[in-house]
Amino acid sequence: MRQRTLRPAPAPASVAQRRQQLLPNGVLGMLIFVITEAMLFAGMISGFLIVKANAPEWPPLGQPRLPAGETAFNTAALLASGASLFFANRAYKVWPNRARLPLLAALALGAVFVVFQGIEWVALIREGLTLTSSTHGAFFYLIVGTHALHAVAALVALGWSAWLLSQRRLRPGTLQAVSLFWYFVVGVWPILYFQVYLA
Amino acid sequence: MAETIATPGAHDDHGHEHHDEGWVKKYLFSTDHKIIAMQYMFTGMAMAVIGGFFAYAFRMQLAFPGMEVPLWGVVTSAEYNSLVTNHGTIMIFWVAMPVLIAAFGNYLIPLMCGVDDMVFPRLNRLSYQIFFVSAVVLIWSFFVEGGGFGGAWTAYPPLSAKAEYSLTPSGASLWLIAVALEFVAFLMGGINFVTTAMNSRAKGMGIYDIPMVVWMIVIASILFMASVGPLIAGAVMLFFDQQLGTAFFDPAQGGDPILWQHLFWFFGHPEVYVVLLPAMGIVADVICVMGRKKLFAYRTVLFTAIGTGVLSFTVWAHHQFIAGIDPRMAHVFTITTLLISIPIAEMCFCYIATLYGGSLTLNTPMLWALSFIATFLIGGVTGIFLGASGADIYFHDTYFVLAHFHYTFFPIAIIGTFAGFTFWFPKMFGRMMNETLGKIHFWGTIIPFNLIFLPLFVLGAAGQHRRIYNYDNFPELALPWMQDLRILATLSLIVMLGFQLVFFYNCYVSLRRGKKAPANPWNANTLEWLAPSPPPHGNFGDKLPEVYRGPYEYNHPDRSEDFWPQHVPN
Ligand SMILES: [Cu+2]
Repeated sequence: MRQRTLRPAPAPASVAQRRQQLLPNGVLGMLIFVITEAMLFAGMISGFLIVKANAPEWPPLGQPRLPAGETAFNTAALLASGASLFFANRAYKVWPNRARLPLLAALALGAVFVVFQGIEWVALIREGLTLTSSTHGAFFYLIVGTHALHAVAALVALGWSAWLLSQRRLRPGTLQAVSLFWYFVVGVWPILYFQVYLA
Repeated sequence: MAETIATPGAHDDHGHEHHDEGWVKKYLFSTDHKIIAMQYMFTGMAMAVIGGFFAYAFRMQLAFPGMEVPLWGVVTSAEYNSLVTNHGTIMIFWVAMPVLIAAFGNYLIPLMCGVDDMVFPRLNRLSYQIFFVSAVVLIWSFFVEGGGFGGAWTAYPPLSAKAEYSLTPSGASLWLIAVALEFVAFLMGGINFVTTAMNSRAKGMGIYDIPMVVWMIVIASILFMASVGPLIAGAVMLFFDQQLGTAFFDPAQGGDPILWQHLFWFFGHPEVYVVLLPAMGIVADVICVMGRKKLFAYRTVLFTAIGTGVLSFTVWAHHQFIAGIDPRMAHVFTITTLLISIPIAEMCFCYIATLYGGSLTLNTPMLWALSFIATFLIGGVTGIFLGASGADIYFHDTYFVLAHFHYTFFPIAIIGTFAGFTFWFPKMFGRMMNETLGKIHFWGTIIPFNLIFLPLFVLGAAGQHRRIYNYDNFPELALPWMQDLRILATLSLIVMLGFQLVFFYNCYVSLRRGKKAPANPWNANTLEWLAPSPPPHGNFGDKLPEVYRGPYEYNHPDRSEDFWPQHVPN
């Protein structure tokens, strides 16, 4: 296993490394991936909107309303997490160790979001909203569940970055790429929240 | 700052140390882009053999209903459905995509951009491994209880959503899983292609010095990744409908079956360009080298391809003209669909202008490239009838549609592949291919191909509907002349499949006894011809090339030689 350190690399042999790049490889790769992800959510949301528009009543008869108020609190936590990560990135550029605190704060706030969303799910299932109870439930769990999976994956990546940072092995490209993914998870949520919970 | 610290790059992940690797490590678990390209190429070809065999089995049933088909047996109606479904699925997702994008992309992008490997080599290896698993899952789905999925490659619900309709309780879900895995594999590949071509090129290679085939694969990858999201969403929903009892596509419980068609075709139409563009790129490179001329209007071709890609997102509902969409919407999609034929025609004109006045060498790769333009034009022109909603009401779901898209997909997936394969064969394997066998194979493929699908245009125009297992049950479609045309198409298919043996024999003979290929047998300009044939691990040795000009400087007036390689200073 090769050690990755923050030392400048020995004279790079590859053209890939000598080129002035607009975006580092990891960030560009992640950007393309995020475009695909954005289209995935666009597909789900447009399907949801079409079914909702054609339904005589929404939410369908006998189905619980979604807890928009409690979720607003979660939304705030998630947005705060995104902001915190933004400050972590800025601090990292000045002095990597200073990124530690905002990075951990972003992690904690993200975890709050995921845990409270989970609690909300348990309550909704008790009230009779399930995957098969109606298309309302099906779309709710599909869209919010897909987002939750992304949030968990992104938190794992953030935790991994925090660990690398503590080992002094975190490279700027890695932090930028992981951050980009988390910004996407944070940024897409208000749209989902508005369409699924409020509109 | 990022530049001073080790950037993630090819070297970091694999380096140039030549350790003694075993065969398994070298050929099965390599991160070398050329090995991965060959893995994709040979897997794709193996799948093409399966897909071709399926076509043989169901064409025999159509020509001689109820006959005991040699090597298969009697084709039951369920088997017939499964055969046509999986023929389409295999040929598009397991042949056209892996060969045109993954194999040629992996092989050509680092070589033509003058670097040693992809920027994410391990992601690249993982991409192939997932692709391989997806192929295994698909083949497995043929053998489960109820047999392989038979709801057509478009998998419309409710037929695909409920086991009581499809009668393939496990086959339908395995089919979906296989397709989903395949998409994951191409997502990884696509990220690699775009990042490598944009971020790691030889010194001096500006964006207008990139060979057209690389551009086309990059644009195709972006198109794929921008269009596949909604289909993945739809596939998850369909899987839930199949396995968890949700009702996304079940109108009885508030769902919407047409929704699937939108999600599917939002991907499905750009997908045509995803496979078309790499083939167009291959053809561009072949005709420039074999015609000894500069590509006519490089930038026009490039921007036209990008424009086509953008436009291809706005045409999908031409597949739903008779599915009950608002006729006013149908007008909109008629207009966009007819519009998209303009940029593609423009590209074809640029290619013809490239050929005009060139000194053409009519060898095997060139014959394939020229026949690509000719046959694809027929495919494009017949598409105009289907894009116009008025005509489509009659033609929808007839063999006219089928013949139309085989006149597009066959040039793309088969002719384009053979053009590229015979053109880069000397580079890939270090041997020249046998020209005589190559030409026999070419004529033995191209003539029967036309004899398969021209009769099907006629049958479609006469009203022959698709997805019918036995026309004897439809007296007005079972007229003797119609049956004769069906038999002609089937016999032509058998002849064409037979001539593919010539290709495999040619590969075998050329690999064993072919003339040793020099580094640059065609006197071509692009960087891959600078590397030895076949290129070693790391491609260019210790000194990576630098680029001084565009890729297509043939017959430049200031030079005595008729070519001017990109890496030569002056
Ligand atoms: Cu289309």
